[in-house]
Amino acid sequence: MESTFIIEKSVVIVAVFALTMLMAMYSTWAERKVAAFLQDRVGPNRAGWGGLLQPLADGLKLFSKEEFFPNTPNKFLFIVGPGIAMSTALMTSAVIPWGDRLHLFGREIYLQATDINIGLLYFFGVVSVGVYGIMIGGWASNNKFSLMGAVRAASQMVSYEIAMGLSMIALLMMTGTLSLKEIAAQQAGLNWNVFYQPLSFLIFLICAFAETNRTPFDLPECESELIGGYHTEYSSMKMGFYLFAEYANMFISATLISVLFFGGYNYPGMQWMVDNVGVNTANILGMLALFVKLCFFIFFYMWVRWTIPRFRYDQLMNLGWKILIPLSIINIVVTGIVILRADIAAFLGF
Amino acid sequence: MSGILITFCVLAFITVLTAFLTIFSRNPIHSAIYLVICFFSIAGHYFLLNSQFLAVVHIIVYSGAIMILFLFTIMLMNLNERHEVHRPRITRLGAIVSFVLVCVVLIAIFINSKPIVGEYDATGEDFQSINVLGKILLNEYMVPFEFASILLLVAMIGTVLLSKKEKLKK
Repeated sequence: MESTFIIEKSVVIVAVFALTMLMAMYSTWAERKVAAFLQDRVGPNRAGWGGLLQPLADGLKLFSKEEFFPNTPNKFLFIVGPGIAMSTALMTSAVIPWGDRLHLFGREIYLQATDINIGLLYFFGVVSVGVYGIMIGGWASNNKFSLMGAVRAASQMVSYEIAMGLSMIALLMMTGTLSLKEIAAQQAGLNWNVFYQPLSFLIFLICAFAETNRTPFDLPECESELIGGYHTEYSSMKMGFYLFAEYANMFISATLISVLFFGGYNYPGMQWMVDNVGVNTANILGMLALFVKLCFFIFFYMWVRWTIPRFRYDQLMNLGWKILIPLSIINIVVTGIVILRADIAAFLGF
Repeated sequence: MSGILITFCVLAFITVLTAFLTIFSRNPIHSAIYLVICFFSIAGHYFLLNSQFLAVVHIIVYSGAIMILFLFTIMLMNLNERHEVHRPRITRLGAIVSFVLVCVVLIAIFINSKPIVGEYDATGEDFQSINVLGKILLNEYMVPFEFASILLLVAMIGTVLLSKKEKLKK
């Protein structure tokens, strides 16, 4: 492997890492601002202009807090829990195409950390591992509220993963590939998947809310019943890791929704821009387009959080198992019939 | 030593070590966590063999679903050292016999499939890619594949039935 390739990929990986961290940081600020807006308040406005330095102040506060350990025989697992949550939240960004390509220093640079031909499966693999962070941390806290939160989180995430995977199958039957780069490239122009698979998009969106433990599915940490859920016993930066991981997950799932259903970096007239203005300008605009789309979905997460109240636990399970899974199976069957309509018509003798 | 050999040695060491720790650790939750690490290192072996699909599916199914449910049940039942049941000798003997039988079946599979694998090697196609894998599964091995899925479906319906039955009795 040539060294320039390694350098190029390292730069992309570091940039994606920095972007994820920055977005997770400013999501906490945006969340407070959106909450304030929806509740007719001002929100944070002391640190910096419009409270823009608030995340830094929060981070400093979390770092300087006392490191508290509950009375637990599993100190190691107690520390490992937030670590797993954070690292799985950061690993998912590896397969996301942030743009098509740039021409720099006489090289074509693809704006993706790695393009494996099973990109989407990799995403599901990492997401399913993410549950361990919450489960191990909640169990090692040696506190019944933490354990309840952890058990809730695990059952919720496992249930919604099924509907999420099934909703993806209908999309994959159309795209015929698991590589996120190809899926994004297929949606050039306004050929977005959401127009062909609206039901699949809806199911995926709902499941993404459940996977990231956001309201209305935030039962693992519902304050009124479980104090703080799985992170009740956590303090200082270990709790910061859990909170950060949630925002990082939110950012990644917003990006994935934009890439899978809303054309990713594509915008109307991108081909024209490539032909007439230049590859670099066109693709930087493409990255901006992806950024706008994912910002909208992050805003959507917050909008829903301050609009819809929390579900009851049995409602959550009923929605997952009795509504979303059958719906996504019907969606698969309908998609199959539509794809094979010519063959079926020929078979029936039309 | 080449890099791949070193990676293989490290992975094999982790796999065997965590497999033994799974059996020997007293706390059921620690056992389960060691088993998860064991599964991950097995996925690493698949990556070394360049079969990304198998590795990721292994992680999704075993680490991501089955072991989470395992851990879930152990946490819910709150098992610890005190609840450890004493296993009679006949059970241990049965376990050893069934393990040996599984070994025989696996060796038979490997010996029988070797010529077929050689044939696939000769065609020069990339059998790690999911496109080729899907075509083979649904053309050449259509019947066994469908049988396996029917078996899974039956098992699933059976589980639902078993859990429903208790409710009817009440």
